[in-house]
Amino acid sequence: MKLERAFFAATAIVSVAATAAMAQSDATTLTIATVNNGDMITMQGLMDDFNEKHPDINVEWVTLEENVLRQNVTTDISTGGGQYDILTIGTYEVPIWGANGWLVPLDDLPAEYEVDDIIPAIRDGLSVDDTLYAVPFYGESSFTMYRKDLMEEAGLEMPDAPTWEFIRDAAAKMTDRENDVNGICLRGKAGWGENMALLTAMSNSFGARWFDEDWNAQFDSEAWSNTLNFYLDMMEESGPAGAANNGFNENLTLFQQGKCGIWIDATSAGQFVVNDDSTVAEHVGFAQAPDTGLGKRGNWLWAWSLAIPTSSENVEAAKTFLTWATGPDYGELVANEKGWVAVPPGTRSSLYENENYTGAAPFADMTMASMNTADPNNPTVDPVPYTGVQFVAIPEFQGIGTQVGQQFAAALAGQQSAEDALAAAQELTNEEMEAAGY
Amino acid sequence: MARAITTRKKVMWTALSWGIGLLIFFPILWTFLTSFKTEATAIADPPVWFAFDWTLENYRAVQERSNYPLALTNSIIIAVGSTILGIAIAVPAAWAMAFVPGRRTKDVLLWMLSTKMLPAVGVLYPLVLLAKWLGVMDSRILLIVVLMLINLPIIVWMLYTYFREIPGEILEAARMDGASLRNEIIYVLTPMAIPGIASTILLNIILAWNEAFWTILLTTVDAAPLTKFIASFSAPEGLFYAKLSAASMMAIAPILVMGWFSQKQLVRGLTFGAVK
Repeated sequence: MKLERAFFAATAIVSVAATAAMAQSDATTLTIATVNNGDMITMQGLMDDFNEKHPDINVEWVTLEENVLRQNVTTDISTGGGQYDILTIGTYEVPIWGANGWLVPLDDLPAEYEVDDIIPAIRDGLSVDDTLYAVPFYGESSFTMYRKDLMEEAGLEMPDAPTWEFIRDAAAKMTDRENDVNGICLRGKAGWGENMALLTAMSNSFGARWFDEDWNAQFDSEAWSNTLNFYLDMMEESGPAGAANNGFNENLTLFQQGKCGIWIDATSAGQFVVNDDSTVAEHVGFAQAPDTGLGKRGNWLWAWSLAIPTSSENVEAAKTFLTWATGPDYGELVANEKGWVAVPPGTRSSLYENENYTGAAPFADMTMASMNTADPNNPTVDPVPYTGVQFVAIPEFQGIGTQVGQQFAAALAGQQSAEDALAAAQELTNEEMEAAGY
Repeated sequence: MARAITTRKKVMWTALSWGIGLLIFFPILWTFLTSFKTEATAIADPPVWFAFDWTLENYRAVQERSNYPLALTNSIIIAVGSTILGIAIAVPAAWAMAFVPGRRTKDVLLWMLSTKMLPAVGVLYPLVLLAKWLGVMDSRILLIVVLMLINLPIIVWMLYTYFREIPGEILEAARMDGASLRNEIIYVLTPMAIPGIASTILLNIILAWNEAFWTILLTTVDAAPLTKFIASFSAPEGLFYAKLSAASMMAIAPILVMGWFSQKQLVRGLTFGAVK
């Protein structure tokens, strides 16, 4: 008898679960898919202000790790799932998705939004044929962070715009492996957004490019050979042990603990190397990303941005949210709660004219200078058929970029030579591109 | 002399078992310790073991930023619901295969298992489109059905193996006493296979609890279980190791406790029929 009851109970539980999941409310509810970073968490903490101004709009957050988010959102958008009203996506996705007709054009934002205040390079990166498809929440380029005290000990002074040769030389002089000080820390972990972000941006300054104008891979060029050999040699001379496993987080930790002389990475790291977690906060200096005199610097351009998928049924409410979260007043709202240094950087020119901000953020000027020198439409010395500074804005790039990244990481780990890594990269890129119909 | 060797061997085996046990348990221990550290101590090099200021700050922050009770409820309903539904379907199926096998029973069993070899992403789009058409995206019932279907081959296989150990004559005797098919399965077969069914249930709850592909892709807010809860604390840019550890501990604690309490049944069930 007991068992019979158990079977009935089971069926009951399943059907209760079915109905319990269906409850819904009447007010407009926006579901926002977002990434887990400091600026997004800050925004979630400021929702009282939005709720006060717009009591008729509820906001629900779905926070996910970057790659999981990408997978989730791509599935939703390509099936017209309509699960999300606002998506947090980067400068890589916007040109592709905008061209696919997956995003709502944002060409009718109100005048008080001051769309012209958005940093031009970022606005270009988020537009397709001059139509804006996403608005930036925070933007970043990359720059050189260095230890002023170690530079002084080495008898050197960092110029505002250094060359790669200078960086290599300075790194070698600062290296003191007995005391666990590495002259330079750079990304080595394989991934299109990890080591390939750095290496692609770096290759631009060496005059290399991913593809020629007919979409032929260019890893057999002298410029790519110079890039990779320079990177590997410099890391061998002055890099930390096990660098092939280091991404943003690992290098941030090393730098904060005083184990790096120079770290070239995202401008958004600026606030972390001078905060309380950093043991070297008072010694940190900032300079632009290095170059080789060819007219391009090795700095990238990225912006986490908010966009509305065409499958959303709440487009107007979503636009209201976008204009609040990325509008001209948002910075001040953050500053009142958490101080000026915590204002999301890299989106509006006016922020860099604000003395409160430039006074609180020692990295502000260098961030702005770096953002202004990155050009997603002309990323490198020679012409290219793609947009994107540290990536190629085609759907195939995520896969190819990560595979090439694995080859380069293997070279950094000493498992193969630079030449072998480049040959493998050349072959796999051409194969994938051919399969994709280019 | 012989006795000495035996003792030494015993000590060696015990030490080895403990070593392997600790090695397997280490990641959980480390996550546990990290969850009580500040973000700065969490990344300290050399690592800090126990001598740090223990703080509950991470648990508070995690609690504040997300809806843990909802995620936990969803996980429980989805894991238990899919397992119960699976068992309800698998018991009759395994009975048929074990006691009235046909010519193609073996093939059917193997074919069922082959569906487990299909990469999940291969059916992602059809399933999402179907769920959208039925209007059940982000609902618990969708996940209950999907996880049940995914684990069904394993449930049927496990039950089939247990049922085969039960002599068919007992069921025949019940039939001669006039038991209907339903009564035969519910009152005769099931009680005898309780250890096997219990371990199948436990294993499937664990599998459903940990399933992270479908549970993340098919949910947004309402039906999001603990897997999605953990995923929201992982970040490639920015250091949140301590908070991620706290979120992980909150997500694995219930299943860990369940595992400890049901160890005996799990081991008995998994080794059922291993010694003849």
